[in-house]
Amino acid sequence: MGGLQKKKYERGSATNYITRNKARKKLQLSLPDFRRLCILKGIYPHEPKHKKKVNKGSTAPRTFYLLKDIRFLLHEPIVGKFREYKVFVRKLKKAYGKTEWSSVERLKENKPAYKLDHIIKERYPSFIDALRDIDDALCMCFLFSTFARTGKCHVQTIQLCRRLTVEWMNYVIASRALKKVFISIKGIYYQAEVMGQLITWLVPYQFSHDHPTDVDYRVMATFTEFYTTLLGFINFRLYHSLNLIYPPKLDVKAESELKEENDDDYAMNSESYLEKLSALSASLARVVSTAEEEEAELDQFPVEGEDMANMEAREKEQKQEEAQKKLFEGLKFFLNREVPRESLAFLIRCFGGEVSWDKSVCIGSTYEVTDETITHQIVDRPNIDKQYINRYYIQPQWVYDCVNAKIILPVEDYFLGVTLPPHLSPFVEEKDGDYVPPEKLKIMALQRGEKPAHEQEEEEEEDEEEEEEDDNEEEGDDSEEAEEKNLKKMEEQRSQGKSLSVKVTAGKVKVENPARLEQEEKAEEKRLAIMMMKKKEKYLYDKIMFGKKRKVREANKLAAKRKAHDDAEKSKKKARK
Amino acid sequence: MEESSSSSTRSAAQTEKMKEKEPEKSGKKRNKAEEEEDEELFNFKNKSTEEEEEDEDLSDSEDSIFSGLEDSGSDEDDEDEELSDDEEEEEEGLDDGDLKLEPEQTQQSCVVLQIETKKRTGGGRTEEAKQEDEYVHDSSDEESCVVLQIETKKRTGGGRTEEAKQEDEYVHDSSDEEDIRNTVGNVPMEWYRDFPHIGYNLDGKKIYKPIRNKDELDDFLDKMDNPDYWRTVPDKQTGSDVVLSDEQVQLVNRLQRGQFGDANFNEYEPQVEFFSRDVMLHPVTNRPADKRSFIPSLIEKEKVSKLVHAIKMGWIKPRRVEDDSRGRYYDLWANEDSSILARHKMHLPAPKIPLPGHQESYNPPPEYLFTDEERALWEQQDPCDRKFPFVPRKFSSLRQVPAFSRFIHERFERCLDLYLCPRQRKMRVNVNPEDLIPKLPKPKDLQPFPTTQSLVYRGHSGLVRSISVSPSGQWLASGSDDGSVRFWEVCSSRCLKTVQVGGAVKSVAWNPNPSVCLLAVALDSVVLILSPSLADRQVVLSSERLLSAPQEADANEGAGPVTWSEGEGEELNQGIRLKIQHPKAVQQVSWHAKGDYVASVMPDHSSNLQVLIHQLSRRRSQNPFRKNKGLVQCVSFHPVRPYFFVGTQRSVRIYNLVKQEMTKKLQANSKWISSMAVHPGGDHVICGSYDCRLSWFDLDLSTKPYKMLRHHKKAVRGVAYHRLYPLFASASDDGTVIVCHGTVYNDLLQNPLIVPVKVLRGHDITHDLGVLDVTFHPTQPWVFSSGADATIRLFT
Repeated sequence: MGGLQKKKYERGSATNYITRNKARKKLQLSLPDFRRLCILKGIYPHEPKHKKKVNKGSTAPRTFYLLKDIRFLLHEPIVGKFREYKVFVRKLKKAYGKTEWSSVERLKENKPAYKLDHIIKERYPSFIDALRDIDDALCMCFLFSTFARTGKCHVQTIQLCRRLTVEWMNYVIASRALKKVFISIKGIYYQAEVMGQLITWLVPYQFSHDHPTDVDYRVMATFTEFYTTLLGFINFRLYHSLNLIYPPKLDVKAESELKEENDDDYAMNSESYLEKLSALSASLARVVSTAEEEEAELDQFPVEGEDMANMEAREKEQKQEEAQKKLFEGLKFFLNREVPRESLAFLIRCFGGEVSWDKSVCIGSTYEVTDETITHQIVDRPNIDKQYINRYYIQPQWVYDCVNAKIILPVEDYFLGVTLPPHLSPFVEEKDGDYVPPEKLKIMALQRGEKPAHEQEEEEEEDEEEEEEDDNEEEGDDSEEAEEKNLKKMEEQRSQGKSLSVKVTAGKVKVENPARLEQEEKAEEKRLAIMMMKKKEKYLYDKIMFGKKRKVREANKLAAKRKAHDDAEKSKKKARK
Repeated sequence: MEESSSSSTRSAAQTEKMKEKEPEKSGKKRNKAEEEEDEELFNFKNKSTEEEEEDEDLSDSEDSIFSGLEDSGSDEDDEDEELSDDEEEEEEGLDDGDLKLEPEQTQQSCVVLQIETKKRTGGGRTEEAKQEDEYVHDSSDEESCVVLQIETKKRTGGGRTEEAKQEDEYVHDSSDEEDIRNTVGNVPMEWYRDFPHIGYNLDGKKIYKPIRNKDELDDFLDKMDNPDYWRTVPDKQTGSDVVLSDEQVQLVNRLQRGQFGDANFNEYEPQVEFFSRDVMLHPVTNRPADKRSFIPSLIEKEKVSKLVHAIKMGWIKPRRVEDDSRGRYYDLWANEDSSILARHKMHLPAPKIPLPGHQESYNPPPEYLFTDEERALWEQQDPCDRKFPFVPRKFSSLRQVPAFSRFIHERFERCLDLYLCPRQRKMRVNVNPEDLIPKLPKPKDLQPFPTTQSLVYRGHSGLVRSISVSPSGQWLASGSDDGSVRFWEVCSSRCLKTVQVGGAVKSVAWNPNPSVCLLAVALDSVVLILSPSLADRQVVLSSERLLSAPQEADANEGAGPVTWSEGEGEELNQGIRLKIQHPKAVQQVSWHAKGDYVASVMPDHSSNLQVLIHQLSRRRSQNPFRKNKGLVQCVSFHPVRPYFFVGTQRSVRIYNLVKQEMTKKLQANSKWISSMAVHPGGDHVICGSYDCRLSWFDLDLSTKPYKMLRHHKKAVRGVAYHRLYPLFASASDDGTVIVCHGTVYNDLLQNPLIVPVKVLRGHDITHDLGVLDVTFHPTQPWVFSSGADATIRLFT
C-alpha cells in the first residue's frame, strides 16, 4: 500500500465547479462587477449532480459556476475595463474631495468606456443564433423606451431603446414579417417570423410606470446595455438584407411630403426625424431604389419521396401566407385619437393597409378624416357624432382579430357600442381533446370559407316558440331513451352478476351487441395487462394518465362553465323579453 | 488698461457732472430756504407784500419735498465740499452784495457783518446764514427796514426757527435712525407684555405704558365715531396710538401695491452707462505698471514644467476624441466563420417565455374568467403555487385596459432567471402510454379459465373460512364461523349435509386420496376427521378401514402432547370419527398426497410445538421440529416428493422429511405471509401475503421470488393452484378473485409464463373482509371462493 494518500475533494466533480465567491475572488472583481460580467457574457450558474461532493461535504446552499466558465472569463478584456473604471471612480472622488475642478473635468473626459461588440460576436457566432435570442432584447427595449426620462436610467439609454425599437418596427413593416398579435392584460404581444425564426415580443401599454422599489434597476440596465448593442447589430444586418438604408431614412417622396406639412410645427429637422420614423406611416428609403419589388417565383423542387398532395398542401400554405401579407391592401384606415395609435398603425402597415390619424395626434398623418376614400375608421368610444356613410366605424379589436384569423372578418360584430366577441390568443394551438372555445370554432369555420352561423342565430330567436315545442317533443324522446338506458343498466348488472337475489322473472331477450362486447373485452385485456406492468413503468404510466385525466377534467370544466354562462345569458334574454 | 482708462474718464465725467449739479443744488437749497423764509414772512409781513411773495411761493413750491429729501439724504459725503463751495460762492455773492450794497446804508453792512460772524461761528448754521444772505440779495431796497426787522426777530427767535427746521428735517427723514426714545432696541415687544413698562429712555428710566382704560365697547364707539379710526395705529415702541398722516397712508398704500415709496420716483429713467464701450483717450488711473508684469512668472513656469512632465510621463492623457461609436453599428456577422467556441457547444440557450393563452386576453371568453370560488382559491394559494400569476379580467373595450402593475416586476424576474438560474437539459419522457403496457398473450388464447359466476352456495350464517373440494370433484365441504361444516353438491349447489361441530371452523381439508373419503376439520384446539360417506360404498369402507387401524399408538399416548379419541354416539352419526386433541388452537390442517398423513398448525411465538404431523393409520402424532423458527402460518406437503413446506411470517422453509433437514429457505419479500400453495408439479410455490402481494417462486431458480404480483388492492387471503390446468387464483379482502394463467414448461430453460386472465367479482365485503378462501375444482377449470358474506361462489 505505498504511494501518497489521496486527499478528498481534489479530483472529480469537486474540481469542476467553483463557488460564486471564489470565482469573484479569482477574477478580482466586486460582486456588482461580477454580476455585470456574468450578465454580459451570458454565464449562468450550474447545478452539480452531487452537490455535497462539490461542496466539499457541506450541505450549505451555494451557487456554483463551472470552473471552465470562470477561466474563460479571466481572458475577457472587459474585466480590465471594469478595473479601470473602479480606479477612475476613485480618482474622481479624490478630485472632488480636493475640489480640483479642472482635474475632475479632465478625468470625466477620459472616463473609461467599453464596447460589447466582441462579446456579441462571441455569444452569437452566427446571425441566426442572435435572432433566436432576440425576444428578451425586444421586450426589454420596448419597456425601456416607455420609461419617463427622469430618474431610473440614463436618458441616452431610453432614447437609444426608442430608436432601436422604431427601427425594428420599421423593419417588420418593410419585410411584412408580422404573423400574430394578441392584446393581453399585460400588454400587446406581437409575433413575427424573421428568417424562419419566430420572434415574440411584448409591448406594455402606453402608461407611465409606477416604479417598484424591490426591483434592481442596475441589473435591468446592464441587460439593456447588452440588448441595445445586440439589437443594433441585428437591425443593421436586417436592414441590409432588405436593401434598406441603415440608419433608416424615409423615402424621398414621403419625406418631401412630410416636410411640406410639418415644416412649421417642428423647429429642427433632426429632432423630428425619429418621430417621423416612429409615426410608421411612410416607407423607408432603399439602397438600390427599385420601383417594384420583384417577386421571385419560387421554383418547385419536388423532393424525393414527397407525394403530390404534400406538395400541394405546402403550396397552398404558401399562398395563404402571401394572402395574409396583403390582408389590408386596398383598405384605408383612419384612427381616432382614443385608440392606441402606434400599435394599430404598425399592424395596418404590416399588412399593407393605408393609415392616417388626426394631425394633432402625431406627426406623419397622411390624410384627413374628411377623406371620402377611407374605408374603415377605428373608434373606441360608444358613439360618434358625425358619421360618414361610406365607411365602417369599428372598434380596434377588429384589426387584431383579422390579423389572427388571416382573413377579413365580418365587421358587424365590431360596430360601435356592440359587445365585442372574445379576443382569443392566437398562440394556443388546440390538440384534439383540448377545450376549444366556440368562438375559435366559428373563426375556423370562417377560415374554411363556410357561411357564418350568425344569421341562423337570429332566425333561432324568431323561431324560439317553435323550438320550445320541439324541446317538449325531445323531452318525450328523452324519457323513452332514459327508460331504455335503465333497462340496459339492469342487464349489465345481471351480466356481471351484481344482482344478488335470483328471481325467476319473465325472461327478456338479451340483445348482445357484438361490437360492445368486443370493446369490453379489449378494455378488460388492457386492465389485466396494466396489472402486469413493472413498478417503474406503472408509476410513469399512472403519471401520464393522471396528467391526461386532469387535462380532460379541465376541458370539461371549461365547457361546463361556458354552458352555464350561455344558459344564464339566454334566460336573461328571455326575461328581458 | 483700456477699461481702467475708460473708467477713469467716466469718473472724471462724473465729477464734472457733479460739479455742474452742485450749483443747481445750492440754488435749490436757496429756493427752499427762501420759501421757508417766506412762510416765516407770512407771519410777520404786512398785507401789502403778500401778493408779491405769493408769486414766488407758487414758483418754488413744486420742488419743496424733493429738495428736502435730497438735502437730508444722499449727498452727505459731499457736504464738506459743498460747504466750502457754498462758502466760496457766498463770499463771491457777498462781494456782489457788497458792491451793490455799498451805496446803501451802513446798517445793512453791519447786518452783513453780522451774518459773516454767524457763519464763522459754525458750519451748522451756514444754511441759516444762506437764507439770510439770500434774503439780503432778494430783498429790494425799499424793504430794507422790514428786513432789518426780520433780522432782529431772527436774532431773537433764532433758536426756535432752527428747531422748527430740524423737526421739519425729521419728517422728511426716510433714513434709518429710529426713534430712540425707547432704548430697548429691535426686540420683540411681546417680551414686555407682562411688565408695566415697555422699555427705557435715554436716561435709563423706565418708560411706562400709557394707561389704557379703553375696553371693547370704547373701542367700538371709537370705531364708530372717530373718522380717523382707520388710520390710527398703535406704536409698539411707545404703546401709544398714532394717527397716520395722509402722506403716510399714501406711502403705505404704495408699498402695498408694490410701488416705490416715493411717488415721484421714475423707475424708467434712461440708463446712464458708466462704463461705455468707447475707448477713452487716457487711462483712468495713472499708476505705473508693476514690475512683475514685465518679468516672466516663476510659479507659472513651475506649473507648466510640471504639466509637461506629466504629459511626457503619460500621466495626463490628451483629450480623448469623443467616442461616438456607441450606437454605431456595422455588419458584425459579415465574415461568419464556423469556428464555434468549445464553450459554445455546452451553452444552453435560455428557454423562451411561454406564450400566453386565452385567459390572458383583455377580453377572454367567459369560461376563462374566475368564479368566486376560483378567485378565493387563487388568493389563498401561495404565489408560487398559482397556475397563473394574474387574475383573468375582462374589459368591454380596449380603451379601458389599464397598465399591468407587475410589468416591470415580471421583466426583472426574467432577468434574474437569465443570469441566476442554473440551466439544465431535462429529457422529457415522451412515451406513448400504450407502449408501456406489456404485450401479453390474449386471454382468449389461454382458455379455459373461469369467467363467470355460475352458482352461489348459501346456507352458512357466519363467514366461511375454508372450503375444500373432494378429489372426485362432486362434493364441496365448507367450514364456517357459525360452527358448522356443510357438504354441498357442486353441480346443484344443494347442501347435502350439515355437521355441527360446536366451534368456529378454521380450516377444512378433503383427503386428496380418491380411494378414501375423509375430511379433516380444524376448530379450536381439535382436529376432527369426518367421514361424510358421500361416495361409493367401496370408498366409504376403505376409509372406515383406514380409521379403524391398529391401536398401537396407545403406548405412546402418555408421552405425546396429543390425545386421539374416537367419535361417540351422536357424533358418530354425524360422521365424526376421530378427534385429535391439541394443546393449542389449531389454525390449519393439510393432507399429504397419499392421504395417510395430516399436518396441523398451531401458531405460537414461544414454543417449538407449532406443527404436528399425524398419521391416521397408526394414530400417531409427531412434532417434526425441535426449534422455533418463527411464527408458522401454513404448511403443505410436496405433492410427489418427501418435502414439507412450512410458511412462516417472512419466509417459506422447505424440509426434506427423509433426510430430516432443511433444504431451502424462500424469502418471500413480504411482511406477513398468509397462505401458500404448491404447484402440482412441485417445482413452484406461490405465497399470498397480507401486504397485497403474491410471490411466485421457482424452486429451481432462486430463493427469491421469480415474480411478485401486486394485483390486489388489499390483503391476499388465499391462493390455489389448479391440479391440471395451468391456472392459479388468489383471493383477497378487496372482494376479488384473480385468476392467472401460469404455464410451467418442462423445459428448464424456459421461464414460466404468468398472465392474469380474469378478475372475478361477486363477494360482498363485510367487516373489511372479502374473499377468505379459494380453491379449484380438481378436474374442471372452475374456481370456488368463500367469502365473509357467508356465501360460497362457483365461477366457471
